[in-house]
Amino acid sequence: MSVPPAVRATGLVKRFGALTAVDGLDLVLERGTCLALLGPNGAGKTTTIEMLEGLQRPDAGEIEILGRAWASDPDGIRERIGVQLQETRLTEKVTVHETLRLFRSFYREGRDLAEVLEVVGLTDKRNARVETLSGGQHQRLSLACALVSRPELLFLDEPTTGLDPQARRRVWEIVEGFKNAGGTVLLTTHYMEEAERLADDVVIVDAGKIIAHGSPAAVIGSLQAESIVEIHPKDGSGDRLLDAALLALPGVGEVRREGSSLTLVVTDTQASVGALLGHLTTVGVELESLRTHSPTLEDVFVALTGKHLRDG
Amino acid sequence: MDNLLPRWSELLELTRHRTLAFLRQPEGVFWVFAFPIVLAAVLGFAFQGGEPAPSRVGILGDAGGWIARLEADPRIELVRFSTREDADRRLAGGHIDALVLAADPPELRLDPARAEAEVARLRVLVAVGEIDQDRLAIEPVTERGARYVDFLFPGLLGMSLMGTGLWSIGFSVADMRQRKVLKRFLVTPMRRSSFLASFLSARMVYLAAELFLITGFGVWVLGVPLRSSLLEFTAICVLGAVAFSAIGLLVASRAKTIEGISGLMNLVIVPMWLGSGVFFSYERFPEAIHPLLRLLPLTAFNDALRAAMIDGAGLAQLLPELGMLIAWTVVPFVVGLKIFRWV
Ligand SMILES: Nc1ncnc2c1ncn2[C@@H]1O[C@H](COP(=O)(O)OP(=O)(O)OP(=O)(O)O)[C@@H](O)[C@H]1O
Ligand SMILES: [Mg+2]
Repeated sequence: MSVPPAVRATGLVKRFGALTAVDGLDLVLERGTCLALLGPNGAGKTTTIEMLEGLQRPDAGEIEILGRAWASDPDGIRERIGVQLQETRLTEKVTVHETLRLFRSFYREGRDLAEVLEVVGLTDKRNARVETLSGGQHQRLSLACALVSRPELLFLDEPTTGLDPQARRRVWEIVEGFKNAGGTVLLTTHYMEEAERLADDVVIVDAGKIIAHGSPAAVIGSLQAESIVEIHPKDGSGDRLLDAALLALPGVGEVRREGSSLTLVVTDTQASVGALLGHLTTVGVELESLRTHSPTLEDVFVALTGKHLRDG
Repeated sequence: MDNLLPRWSELLELTRHRTLAFLRQPEGVFWVFAFPIVLAAVLGFAFQGGEPAPSRVGILGDAGGWIARLEADPRIELVRFSTREDADRRLAGGHIDALVLAADPPELRLDPARAEAEVARLRVLVAVGEIDQDRLAIEPVTERGARYVDFLFPGLLGMSLMGTGLWSIGFSVADMRQRKVLKRFLVTPMRRSSFLASFLSARMVYLAAELFLITGFGVWVLGVPLRSSLLEFTAICVLGAVAFSAIGLLVASRAKTIEGISGLMNLVIVPMWLGSGVFFSYERFPEAIHPLLRLLPLTAFNDALRAAMIDGAGLAQLLPELGMLIAWTVVPFVVGLKIFRWV
């Protein structure tokens, strides 16, 4: 018999009054892989992950974690998962080591505390009180608490939100280490670079529904774009550019406006940019700037929803 | 089924964690251990024998021979006024306890509802010879157990054990809920019973320290008697502490924030400070409400502590009070657990 997947969820629904926060979500996460749930504020990421963690009860749908159901074997699941919640503020007056020791005591089996401290790079902070830790260190301690049981499956809800780039990279390294040792990870994030770096698969959610699913490359490929071109016409002159005229240029698949700037999704960068510059001269539009970049998950998201992942 | 029982290893760690977090919080340690001692010391010494404060008696006009006699009495402090208006204002404001108006016969103005006014009247009457003090032999009491501090101390002890019990659970639970730590614990295999039991075990750790420090101060420094056996006295304290822990659990069962819990706590605590005979006997309230006041857990606790310390009552003589405390343990615990907001 084949090994059941780490997570299998079908038809998940969660309502809060009139609001449907999660609206018929299906997920499968194979062992040893990393899945990122990507979506804007309020998309339903936390609600989804908390249902998988057994903290919230779905209004409809089935959940199986490591081949077990919450109803029949809750402690069997809890012994095998590690969790980092979106916002946990650990007790301030106790030390790093004392905190870890407490979490270790909840599990039948687990790791040596010194080893976990080494993994998250807090060995020299072991006797520091939690209140003295920086944001990044607190986050790594919180990861250590999730890793102390040697879990098979790790749930991380926005593990790097609010961290500076360096602290973020350290968290990524820890997660990659866990993955390389054969662990399975489900994380949520607003950051496309996080998903692109850590995830084998991404699921983009908006308003409780999956709007795209696949490997980062496949999801980006679904945009069928070679690059994204952004232009900022000098003040006001953008009005002279008509969508229809732009779409008629070779290789331009899509035009979006945001304030005074325009974004073009193009399939042939060289041909499109050449033609675009010609057209701008013809209609007499001068540019503040023109930038092109390879398409990202963010661009997919904007193309699908018209919103940004991170609009604060 | 065995999930209902706490697991030792995690219970021990949770207790350790809680106790450390508490002891490293200087404010918390002050309110739990030092404040009751300071309060007992201040009130105890303030009311410990010595000369009672003199009555402030105002006088207006020439009251003839009275002035000399009033002035000669050390228990009366005479305040002279030149206008009636001024004198009345001071009387109404409570700056003087009574006012003597020169007339024939002299007139004494006072507010009979104020205890100080009654004392002043008595002292004036004694001073001017209207009451013959010698006809009534007065024997000053200095015996241990009969002073105000002996009455006060068990009440202060009960009050502070109540405060610690309520706050150590109520505040911590709301705080852990607000910080999402409770939620974080729930995704681990930690047993809920261990979590709840750890509050009780941490409470017992504080109780041991409180009993030693606060009772020690009362008995050794203030000279309050402790006439029951130490074992029975401790048993009463444990019962009281457990009851207030259960009430703390109930109060904290739904509260999501520190602000929410603070309001609820005051709602529970303040009526008992007033009605449960901490600073003065609740017998001073109208008779009709005594049965109600006796239903309060702090009343039962204070009555039991007083009876044990001062009268040397044993557990067997305190069954009604102890029964009340047990009821105040079982009912809040069951209800609190039932409505407890885990996530
Ligand atoms: N307990 C609750 N009661 C009512 N509404 C809720 C509750 N929890 C979540 N919601 C609502 O459900 C929706 C999804 O919330 P959720 O926290 O899952 O979003 P999210 O994708 O994690 O957002 P963020 O990126 O901001 O963390 C939001 O509109 C939120 O307001
Ligand atoms: Mg969230």
